[in-house]
Amino acid sequence: MNLIKELAQRDQVFSFMMPSVSPVDVRHGPILYLEDVSVSFDGFKAINNLNLTIDDGELRCIIGPNGAGKTTMMDIITGKTRPDEGSVWFGSRHNLLQMNEPEIASLGIGRKFQKPTVFEALTIFENLELAMASDKRVLPTLTARMNGEKRDRIEEVLTIIGLETQRYQRAGVLSHGQKQWLEIGMLLMQQPRLLLVDEPVAGMTEQEMERTAELLTRLAGHKSSHGRQSVVVVEHDMGFVRSIARTVTVLHQGSVLAEGSMDKVSSDPKVVEVYLGEGH
Amino acid sequence: MSDLISSHQAPSANAVNSRHWLAQPFTEKATQRFLLVLLGAVALVSVLHLAFPEGHPLHVSTYTVTLLGKYLCYALLAVAVDLIWGYLGILSLGHGAFFALGGYAMGMYLMRQIGDRGVYGNPDLPDFMVFLNWDSLPWYWHGFDMAWFAFAMVVLAPGILALVFGFLAFRSRVTGVYLSIITQALTFALMLAFFRNEMGFGGNNGLTDFKDLLGFDLRSDATRLGLFIGSGLALAVGYILCRAIVSSKLGRVSVACRDAEARTRFLGYRVERVQLFVFVISAMLAGVAGAFYVPQVGIINPGEFSPLFSIEVVVWVALGGRATLYGAVIGALLVNYAKTVFTGIMPDAWLFALGALFVLVTVFLPQGIAGLMQQRFRRRPEPTAEENAA
Ligand SMILES: Nc1ncnc2c1ncn2[C@@H]1O[C@H](COP(=O)(O)OP(=O)(O)OP(=O)(O)O)[C@@H](O)[C@H]1O
Ligand SMILES: [Mg+2]
Repeated sequence: MNLIKELAQRDQVFSFMMPSVSPVDVRHGPILYLEDVSVSFDGFKAINNLNLTIDDGELRCIIGPNGAGKTTMMDIITGKTRPDEGSVWFGSRHNLLQMNEPEIASLGIGRKFQKPTVFEALTIFENLELAMASDKRVLPTLTARMNGEKRDRIEEVLTIIGLETQRYQRAGVLSHGQKQWLEIGMLLMQQPRLLLVDEPVAGMTEQEMERTAELLTRLAGHKSSHGRQSVVVVEHDMGFVRSIARTVTVLHQGSVLAEGSMDKVSSDPKVVEVYLGEGH
Repeated sequence: MSDLISSHQAPSANAVNSRHWLAQPFTEKATQRFLLVLLGAVALVSVLHLAFPEGHPLHVSTYTVTLLGKYLCYALLAVAVDLIWGYLGILSLGHGAFFALGGYAMGMYLMRQIGDRGVYGNPDLPDFMVFLNWDSLPWYWHGFDMAWFAFAMVVLAPGILALVFGFLAFRSRVTGVYLSIITQALTFALMLAFFRNEMGFGGNNGLTDFKDLLGFDLRSDATRLGLFIGSGLALAVGYILCRAIVSSKLGRVSVACRDAEARTRFLGYRVERVQLFVFVISAMLAGVAGAFYVPQVGIINPGEFSPLFSIEVVVWVALGGRATLYGAVIGALLVNYAKTVFTGIMPDAWLFALGALFVLVTVFLPQGIAGLMQQRFRRRPEPTAEENAA
């Protein structure tokens, strides 16, 4: 119940939101920096000379028609897909192209997938347990023990994502919207510096969407001794984007078509054309 | 094939351990029940064997004791396979190789124990080497006259093979059907190699004519009973170890790797290392099973490397039910009992029966016998008082 009180005090930093110690260096610039990135699949250029800069503490929305390359961009940042050319930097110290998925994850980049992927055979509590920031090597994982402190953190997140009464049910039984929330909860457990959130509100009710918007805006820019959290959201739902957006980037055919405030972007003739052409 | 057999894990309120990982299994009701049944059955057979004279209707013959001991070794092998197949989704069709390597390590010790009691009476060389006109022991036979060394090799030989093989396979993210196929290739290649006389493992005939183990005569009833009890204890210890792993956080990470490998990586876990660790443990357990098996059947030959044998093991596990561990034990015992009975009546039909059994189980009992049992005794997860209050 502490948490409810905590949530009421919006100006404070919640314990669960404090990023774990991360060596990322953002003193001289952005937290994420993509330069001239290209990748093609069987000759098809999914990402084409993409340039993108995310500032420390920023909340950035990325929109774009289907197939614009939004998910592929996240695949590149998280090490799942290797680009053909270009460079990707996390802060000014870490070249993400030289790291694999677990290394990038431990560095503090968390990801929510477009298709919600939770561990369906495990309970909701266990899903959060596995996501929790901790020593993830094999032997420490084997000998890891649950304690009061960890339990409290999981309970905290359970309350935030509204799944506390289902904590011992298998994640497989959750609705689509609840799985989205569970995945967001797993992100919170990871305490990342940078959150990549792919279509978080698909399958959510209006009310759930509002709560998501509130949570994401609160997460972005949260200061702590270790730094601030930055959030990148990919979303199709324009209403949702309008409700949270500060800066919007429009992707089209693998590169940036427009960037700026929501109003500026949505009045851009190029953007209007792309979206009208798509039938939106 | 692995997709056809959906696996399951009962959600439970106290699944998340706050105890030492090795202590966790002892607090689980199902594990306690399993150990009680296993150790009770071993004790009962021993008592019936010892207390009643031959010819008495309740007497359990030495033949039966040894047969049961053999089944227990198979059960341990099945548990090892279930650990990686059920919980990690790695379908090894070559686990017989690790079983056979453990068996050969034991067999080499038993050969050296024969000393000058062989047919040729050579105190330094096993009979088959004398027969091949070899004049000295190959380097890799050295040390096997010492029990501690041989017993260490029982786990190390399969463990090291699994380490090298798994390192190469998992690092390059070979999984699914491809992994199954290369495990088949592995055991097949080893079988061909061990068939060759030049390899120095007795070729076609393998290793046999064992006399004694740690000074105990292998033909005596007491030794045979001891081996049976030892097999039961090995199964119990192996089972507890596997339970400890699957109910630890690493076990939950394994299930995560099995169901959503990419997601697990993005949480920061090194999937390939988790796979390697559990694979090596599983191979070592298979080696121990092989080591208890060999003195009871009295021979180890390259036939144990046969790809068919490894496939049979997978059928035991599928029949018993994946991802339960006790299902693997039930499957191994039932199928092998059926095999004993069946091959007595119609030896040629056994493979067809096994194949039919596998198809029937996959279609009608996708979760095996254990799944059937769970359905009957399923307790619905009741919300606890704590949950209701929240
Ligand atoms: N692994 C792959 N192999 C081949 N083509 C791919 C691969 N991944 C993505 N693509 C193609 O690249 C293009 C960009 O895909 P991407 O998933 O990044 O789009 P998106 O912007 O996320 O679209 P959506 O809004 O539908 O999620 C698509 O045309 C897709 O078909
Ligand atoms: Mg997408």
